[in-house]
Amino acid sequence: MAGQSNHELSLFSAEELEFIAEDEIVDIVPNLKMGPLNFISGDFGPFTPQIVTQVPLWLAIALKKRGKCSIRPPLWMSVEKLSQVLEAERDSQEMSDQLPFHYVEISRLLFDHARDNIPDVYMVRSLIEDIRNVRFHKVETDLEAFNGRTIAVKIKNLSAMEVNIVRPFIGRALQAFYKHDSPELIPDPERVSDRRPQVVNNAPRRQLRR
Amino acid sequence: MASSSGAEGESLDDYDSLIATTDVELLKRAWRNEKAAPEILRFESHLISRVKEQIQLMEETVEEKSSGGNDPLSVSLYQMDLDRTLFLLRSYLRIRIQKIEKYMFHILKTEELWNRLSKDEKDFARTCSSDLNQHLEETVLSKLPENYQSVLKQSIISEEDDMVPEPQLDTFVLCRSKEYLTGIQLEDGPADDRQFSSKLFEMERGVLHFICYKSIKALVESGKLDLL
Repeated sequence: MAGQSNHELSLFSAEELEFIAEDEIVDIVPNLKMGPLNFISGDFGPFTPQIVTQVPLWLAIALKKRGKCSIRPPLWMSVEKLSQVLEAERDSQEMSDQLPFHYVEISRLLFDHARDNIPDVYMVRSLIEDIRNVRFHKVETDLEAFNGRTIAVKIKNLSAMEVNIVRPFIGRALQAFYKHDSPELIPDPERVSDRRPQVVNNAPRRQLRR
Repeated sequence: MASSSGAEGESLDDYDSLIATTDVELLKRAWRNEKAAPEILRFESHLISRVKEQIQLMEETVEEKSSGGNDPLSVSLYQMDLDRTLFLLRSYLRIRIQKIEKYMFHILKTEELWNRLSKDEKDFARTCSSDLNQHLEETVLSKLPENYQSVLKQSIISEEDDMVPEPQLDTFVLCRSKEYLTGIQLEDGPADDRQFSSKLFEMERGVLHFICYKSIKALVESGKLDLL
């Protein structure tokens, strides 16, 4: 994959995207008793053994690391669901809307920290890998459809990580189109010497363009 | 810039989400917008002071809990929550400082931008620009021929300040709308033969768009759009 995350245009580093994804809510099954936690980012708990509760992913991972809970993988992270998604992705040029915006980061975090809580982890992992590849290939083909008339690009259901990968390219490409299409941005020798109003030097240039 | 929202009957939704939205969530949004926007945005003074207050309270709570020696687990979790919020706050302030450093001369002479800074940022911009001015003066400019001694101009024949870096507002950014928006003017130049130049653009809720920052600037400022 085109790893350009250091590029200043990608804005968000992979770590920052992970940080954002860590606020997604997941189900956990605690195995300890603990009162509610009143965080700046919200109130979570109370925690009672075997009772499912909802917490942000970062908290789930922190508890998991200390052996205090098991994480319930989100519904979309099952072999059945992912196979459906993969099929849908392969069947159509449209991006499927079945996966959350941060599916890459969430699945990665869960693989790293809670692999024993994911049923069929190898299968799930390879399915997600396949989905990623199919989707990225689609994005690449979509990009070929760009042309000079593109002033805004609508992208449906692109995920955070995918956005980050294509952002430098799309951003620069659109900007280049935009620049070449704006007559006032093309340096004009006549304009440098004296600043005549736009209207005056519009006519000759138009002819050149045709 | 012409912009009207096509939202109907969503005020209740808005209210609900407003109640459910924590300051951290709002700070995260401000942080993302600030990161993605080419120019400096309005300083979220109310939000920042609320967040600072909450951070201070939380620091005291953590201090208290850890000196009490009870339950190291919950103390460490509270600390993590605190660290996450601190990270957001610092990162937000840093991006702003980076923008100020980059565009300080432009910000100093543009009232609209200047008013977007917080008091501390204004102090910073003032000191920073005068220091830079003085430094350039002493090391380089004073040794150049008389006509080329301005920090702001290439030479005295320049009519405008042509050596002041300005943010590029025609950068393309990625945004997502919170509601159905219509009537977005894509190009604000005079209408000419290009058909799209006067075409109004619409955006569905939640769909990502790559678009020229200039066209949606007002929508970002009014909070209808999020950059990401």
